Amino acid sequence: MEIKEKLIEKILLFIALSSISILALIAFFIFGEGLPFIWKIGPHAFLLGERWVPSHGEFGILPMIVGSFWVTLGALLLGIPLGLACAIFLCEWTPPLAATFLRPAIQLLAAIPSVIYGFWGLVVLVPLVRTYLGGPGLSILSGSVILGFMILPTIISISEDALRALPPYYKAGGLALGATHWQTIWRVLIPAARSGIVASIILGMGRAIGETMAMIMILGNAVKMPSSFLDSARTLTTNIGIEMGYASGSHRQALFATGVILFFIIMILNSSAIVLSRRRVE
Amino acid sequence: MNPNLKALLSFLTFLLFLSVAVGCQRSKAGITVAGSTSVEPFAELLAEEYMMKHPHSRIYVQGGGSTAGIEAVRSHAAHIGMSSRSLIGREKSLHAITIAKDAIAIIIHPQNPVQNLPLVKVRELYSGKIKNWKELGGKDHSIILVTREEGSGTREAFQRLVMGEEEIALEALVQDSNGAIRQVVAGDPNAVGYISLGLVNEKVKALNISGAEPSVINIERGRYHLVRPFLFIFNEEPAGEAKTFLDFVMGPEAQRLLSREGLVSILSKF
Amino acid sequence: MRSNRLRYVTQSVAKILIWIAALSTIAVMILILFQILREGLPILRLSFFTQSPKSMGREGGILTPIIGTVALTVVAIIVATPLGVGTAVFLREYTRESRISRVIRFGTDCLAGVPSIIFGLFGFVFFVIYLNMGWSILSGGLTLAAMILPTIICTTEEAIKAIPYSFREVSYSLGGTKWQTVTRAILPNALPGIFTGIILSVGRSIGETAAIILTAGSSLVMPTSLFSPIRTMAVHFYILAREGISMEMAYGTGAALILLVLFVNTIANGLLNRYIRHRS
Repeated sequence: MEIKEKLIEKILLFIALSSISILALIAFFIFGEGLPFIWKIGPHAFLLGERWVPSHGEFGILPMIVGSFWVTLGALLLGIPLGLACAIFLCEWTPPLAATFLRPAIQLLAAIPSVIYGFWGLVVLVPLVRTYLGGPGLSILSGSVILGFMILPTIISISEDALRALPPYYKAGGLALGATHWQTIWRVLIPAARSGIVASIILGMGRAIGETMAMIMILGNAVKMPSSFLDSARTLTTNIGIEMGYASGSHRQALFATGVILFFIIMILNSSAIVLSRRRVE
Repeated sequence: MNPNLKALLSFLTFLLFLSVAVGCQRSKAGITVAGSTSVEPFAELLAEEYMMKHPHSRIYVQGGGSTAGIEAVRSHAAHIGMSSRSLIGREKSLHAITIAKDAIAIIIHPQNPVQNLPLVKVRELYSGKIKNWKELGGKDHSIILVTREEGSGTREAFQRLVMGEEEIALEALVQDSNGAIRQVVAGDPNAVGYISLGLVNEKVKALNISGAEPSVINIERGRYHLVRPFLFIFNEEPAGEAKTFLDFVMGPEAQRLLSREGLVSILSKF
Repeated sequence: MRSNRLRYVTQSVAKILIWIAALSTIAVMILILFQILREGLPILRLSFFTQSPKSMGREGGILTPIIGTVALTVVAIIVATPLGVGTAVFLREYTRESRISRVIRFGTDCLAGVPSIIFGLFGFVFFVIYLNMGWSILSGGLTLAAMILPTIICTTEEAIKAIPYSFREVSYSLGGTKWQTVTRAILPNALPGIFTGIILSVGRSIGETAAIILTAGSSLVMPTSLFSPIRTMAVHFYILAREGISMEMAYGTGAALILLVLFVNTIANGLLNRYIRHRS
């Protein structure tokens, strides 16, 4: 009996370790393909090179880093105010009827596959941008708007949890001091839930940076450094997504190296979000 | 036996089974054809026809791109590679068989008044020297270039046949298939792209190049020059099922099918 | 007095803005669904679900992509469930806050945030090339299993956490061993939670594209074994729409995809509300 129990514990430990070893495997295989390449051409040339012309042996991913940055920033500009507003709406001002619509709507937004978002952006948003604002329509602006809605559910659900986790006397105290409901929300509740809200924004950022299919469809994927919100751009993910199938030799290694950079960025974002939400729990 | 132990044992058996399945070489019936997305739609049609005739055969057609297809054949991940460009460098050790020839059409929106461009102008257009349709006899509007991604066989053929030493402008939008380029051009009155002639449809307009309309006749007579081969790539001499499929593809019936779809048959006299 | 009025004006303005934000979120969701369903629902006849696609998807139905979606999801669930439940049981019942549990938790949290294209790259080098499984149901399914593992671990943990401590005490006091406690007291009671995790993962598997296109391929041929390549509904939709093969079929596939995802999510949310939130 004793031996069996010990054995089971060992097996469960083994299962648990193999679950996280997937992360190690991912890192191992992607780094194994990508790191030697970065080493070969030099991190400087790779990260700060402005030209991506694999057929000429030029592998600079700065345009993609910049592209990812702008698209993510645009998505956050839309997603943060909208997401926070929805979170406040759900925890503080919930007319029952509106909440019964909003909550399923947010769950749906989270459930809709990214290809559907991409397609909708392509058939509805892109022609609008092209007609009214000019340029090819396949642009950072269109991509940002779509991404902004895609990250909404992440921002809303985690900030809502953070707001709900606050002890009730925060709100009671604010109101008792004669502050209006809005002042209590703005000056007391939001600052108190700060770390959870920041964690939600970081996770939303992670989702925005990691999105691939919708962005391939909407961004236009030009490799030039974007100079306006109406320009086409390419992100780190779409660089991999659009060229992976076709690449071989050092071109393929370069795409894995792009994956290494993406992996790094995501890991930094994830771990800071995890640390922040841990702090909130304690 | 204790039921818990039994459950545990069956779980372990399952894991064992899984690892055996993983460790084993895959033993699947059928032929995998992988590679160029330009050849893919035609290969799908051929596979459909072939499977109609041989109901027990399985032909799996898979995109990925010319280079990936060639790599897949080399690493035995696929039986047949599809390529829309000639083999280069160490790839030449593989067997390449031309199954048809295809033209590259320069396409624009049907509302765009431009009809004809000399080859030189196409080069200037794609290198970014010409930036406005006005310079080519069109409306006063900036040009939206659309190109294929690095590694695409169509892009390599376009580079070789049109651009020569010139580089395709970096501001060009990049799409990863003929169909995607056609979609962008069909939706944007100021866009220009290049795709396989067989895939031109009524939503876009193919330009005449140096006065020659892109048509099967003009290609066969050598008047339209933007032509590249469609290849099937094999690791060694094709044998077995792959050979049967190849024979079917090279046969008159399949070749008729290909020319109906806008390709130039290898059986053509010219 | 004036500043007092100002406070209430600010409050009203804020309220209005928040209303606008909430309403526009609902509006966008409705717009997206409306667009796809309006064009797509008329396509959804019975034959659309029972026929295989013909001439690259221009005609016929979506039978093979449906089979592809089901096959990949089943493989992913079969592989991920024992791993995920085992990990959750280990974390909750076999270890308290120790270094190893912190490492495992951090690992799963990180895994949850890894973008799908990275999973795709990994599945491509590891399953497709290194293990020589080719583009296949197995490669795609295993890649998906890695993606849904964090969801299953997390929901199972929540479900186990919600089980009152008294259940364990009763089991131990009756002389049950730890493993007996787990299999007879913990897991049966955590079952609805585990099931919710599985349904949520099904939802994610159905919508996934980037990782699958790199690992399971995009073949439209009816699969014959775990090693056959396959195209899922999401991939089929992507290819039809992006390459403009047939907008009609794309809308049809998109509508079917949305209905399926809605269905799965409604079940998941129903379960979630019933079993997890209430108990805790």
